[in-house]
Amino acid sequence: GKNEYDLLVVGGGSGGLACAKEAAQFGRKVAVLDYVEPSPRGTTWGLGGTCVNVGCIPKKLMHQAALLGSALKDAQHYGWNISQPVHHTWSVMAQGVQNYVKSLNWGHRVQLQDKKVKYFNIKGSFSDPHTVRGLTKAGKETIVTADNIVIATGGRPKYPTHIAGALEYGITSDDLFWLKESPGKTLPSFILYVSLECAGFLTGIGLDTTVMMRSIPLRGFDQASHISKKKQICFTTQQQMASLVTEHMESYGTKFLKRCFPTKVEKLRSNRLQVTWKNADLNTEETDSFDTVMWAVGRVPDTKTLNLETVGVKTNSETGKIIVDATEATSVPHIYAVGDITEGRPELTPTAIAAGKLLAQRLFGQSSELMDYDNVPTTVFTPLEYGCVGLSEEAAVQCHGSDNIEVYHAYYKPLEFTVAERDAAQCYMKMVCLREREQRILGLHFIGPNAGEVIQGFALGIKCGATYPQLMKTVGIHPTCAEEVTKLRITKRSGLDATVTGC
Amino acid sequence: SVQAQKEEDNPEKTMDVNGLTPVPDSYDYDLIVIGGGSGGLAAAKEAAKYEKKVMVLDFVTPTPQGSSWGLGGTCVNVGCIPKKLMHQAALLGQALQDSRKFGWQFTEEVKHNWMTMTESVQNYIGSLNWGYRVALRDTKVTYENAYGEFVGPHTIKATNKKGIEKLYTAERFIIATGERPRYLGIPGDKEYCISSDDLFSLPYCPGKTLVVGASYVALECAGFLAGLGLDVTVMVRSILLRGFDQDMANRIGEYMEEHGVNFIREFVPIKVEQVEEGTPGILKVTAKSTTGDQIIEGEYNTVLLAIGRDPCTRKIGLDKVGVNINEKTGKIPVNDEEQTNVPHIYAVGDILQGKLELTPVAIQAGKLLVRRLYAGATTKCDYVNVPTTVFTPLEYGACGYSEETAVEKFGEENIEVYHSHFWPLEWTVPSRDNNKCYAKIICNIQDNERVIGFHVLGPNAGEVTQGFAAAIKCGLTKEQLDSTIGIHPVCAEV
Repeated sequence: GKNEYDLLVVGGGSGGLACAKEAAQFGRKVAVLDYVEPSPRGTTWGLGGTCVNVGCIPKKLMHQAALLGSALKDAQHYGWNISQPVHHTWSVMAQGVQNYVKSLNWGHRVQLQDKKVKYFNIKGSFSDPHTVRGLTKAGKETIVTADNIVIATGGRPKYPTHIAGALEYGITSDDLFWLKESPGKTLPSFILYVSLECAGFLTGIGLDTTVMMRSIPLRGFDQASHISKKKQICFTTQQQMASLVTEHMESYGTKFLKRCFPTKVEKLRSNRLQVTWKNADLNTEETDSFDTVMWAVGRVPDTKTLNLETVGVKTNSETGKIIVDATEATSVPHIYAVGDITEGRPELTPTAIAAGKLLAQRLFGQSSELMDYDNVPTTVFTPLEYGCVGLSEEAAVQCHGSDNIEVYHAYYKPLEFTVAERDAAQCYMKMVCLREREQRILGLHFIGPNAGEVIQGFALGIKCGATYPQLMKTVGIHPTCAEEVTKLRITKRSGLDATVTGC
Repeated sequence: SVQAQKEEDNPEKTMDVNGLTPVPDSYDYDLIVIGGGSGGLAAAKEAAKYEKKVMVLDFVTPTPQGSSWGLGGTCVNVGCIPKKLMHQAALLGQALQDSRKFGWQFTEEVKHNWMTMTESVQNYIGSLNWGYRVALRDTKVTYENAYGEFVGPHTIKATNKKGIEKLYTAERFIIATGERPRYLGIPGDKEYCISSDDLFSLPYCPGKTLVVGASYVALECAGFLAGLGLDVTVMVRSILLRGFDQDMANRIGEYMEEHGVNFIREFVPIKVEQVEEGTPGILKVTAKSTTGDQIIEGEYNTVLLAIGRDPCTRKIGLDKVGVNINEKTGKIPVNDEEQTNVPHIYAVGDILQGKLELTPVAIQAGKLLVRRLYAGATTKCDYVNVPTTVFTPLEYGACGYSEETAVEKFGEENIEVYHSHFWPLEWTVPSRDNNKCYAKIICNIQDNERVIGFHVLGPNAGEVTQGFAAAIKCGLTKEQLDSTIGIHPVCAEV
């Protein structure tokens, strides 16, 4: 028989909602399924996906809370009579953040309603290529059929289940942002940027925070990692940038346990957690107690309960992510996927949104425009932020050879740090260009305040094929940090001191 | 004997006295730069790189109130730098308010201490003055803290603070004397009013302040003074931010009004009297309406004049060497190579006619000029699509055409304006305005929807705008803008 909907989107996150709302614009009959399986700790949330509920939004707000802590210290230097130290109350912040997130959940529901998109709060799984079966929390079954189905179920944090006590006693980012009470002395154990960002703001609000890392910082930072078939370009963070970021965090107060990996987590009678770990360098076993242990060891695609095998949607055997082509199509006709769940794509909200919209436009709007995953800018919101677009230095060298690239760099000091007597040792930027005539810019990396704001416009420039001479012709805005990008002159090759001096 | 000394030092003068036309076969310097500000210093340091013998003359005539400062020019001493630092102080005041909603606890109302701030700012400026002196010394540029003026085609008279005069000759000159604040020309203005030249080193809190003017200087100063907790009123003759996009200018004004700055519109002061002496004292300002006969009076601790700036070109002997200036404005017209009508005399910076009064422009122009003179370069300063930012409480960044100018040049039907309000994520939790931040781009429909104007109103507008300016320089089109992914969550992604 005829399918009930033109489009069914499974997953109400950044990609899913964008796709659904765009399709509705074309007058199509659209339905969205969204369901949040509670975390092992029992945390759950409303419509909107990771970004809104347990990702970008609460993360940036808590990062802001930490930045304001620094601002309070700076303020004294600028003449504000505020007695130090100022204390932070987690529950006030958490409530502010959680209330805002809830308003966004509400906003999304209203938007879907306004656009006449049907919303089901059910957990869906495939019965056949055009049918999804869902169960409500109460156990009631709903069947939805559609001509086209888009899978946008995203990912969830991984637990290192091989570590005793990890699942029972640890939390993840899924829980952190919804805690009603302070996490206290925290140990985020990480590989990813998530851990650094969380450790950063936890330190900033005054909590005793230690980061445990098995190897080098931000290794396998795949937030913006993708392999383009066309160019085999792989974007991974700069080792140099990662070091600067963590160096800053160390001077900021975050403790790091490098080359250590936990072996077990136990609960003490006081309700605190005892963590035992191996120190690979010293070959010793150490232990300490914490109030909270947070795992940030990666995210897994949420495909387990989808029943993908039944309909034949192929996934990557290693990552579990859904394999898609340049049109976001899976191995099954009329079934597509967007967002964090897709293999080889950056795990970023804006790319999911763009991909979702373009997909809807191609399906229903007679467009043929494909998503361009090249030169996607991104920012890590650590205490000293790191924004970047394009290739890392390593990737550029790999692609073009070190003789064919030029790296311009500079250590600068934000004006606002001067009176505040803040250390700017890690404020740094570098631009990777091709050496040949045109000197096209391959990548730009910036560490400093408001890194995201700085990088965004330059990302546009790179999209336009910006060259080094064009950047040199651009006059700076004074006094800002961003202007230093237009003043980059010293190359790494020259070996000269790259510290910016004066006006 | 001083006279004899001078003549001995300068054969040219001696020959002149003897009635012979001086044809010196060597000058004292390859280049003399008059004015040690952004443009002048950049040019001087660049010339030294090419092993030229360079001299910089810098001198600050004290303000009517007696304020003076060191090497570095307006930007460093009484412009961009102290302005941004005080703006930052005001922003931190706002941050203090926000921080409560983010969980930071302090019950007392936090007060601001002007002296603490000003001392810190002046200390930093002092370090910059020092840094410049060291930089000049290191690059072997001769620096004299003396007032320079032309006395002959290749001769400058330099007069120092003690009145001692010296003569120097050079093959080429760069005039980079910049500007100083204008006064109203009404009774009491020089005696009792201050300008931005005084504000940043004021040794006492200005208190209840009247800012006269509607320039960005006026609005920026009014903005941070209010942010520090002072009672501020702005007296505006007609429109705000003349020359800027008026839609954006009005939004800035609106925001300031809603956040505690009083505006008196369509009035001009006609006299300022002292009611009480002191630091600050009390001043009475009488003002007249520009649209009728109405007269109003008000009392303030401080009156800050910010009605414009005038080039320092009237008293440097330009008439003696035949350099043309615009008689009305005092600005110097130059060609696209910063050359005046006298071939060996150039000019850069705020004194140029028809060019933007911005530090980075002056620096760029100075450097490129010198490279053309001494390094065989041909690149000219690109004055097109120069980005700028006004550091009012709600910051405004812009690059390219204003909406009005775009309509005028291309016709309303040929441009498309895309716009959006946005609510910075950081403003949500502390419940700050959700309908004030705003961005718009102006596109030329006939040229592939090329972006010809970019305007943003919001936090960190400068940081946001810089990259867009680079993109616009690369010929950014709407399509390219649309296909660029945003960074989330930041303001710039709007």
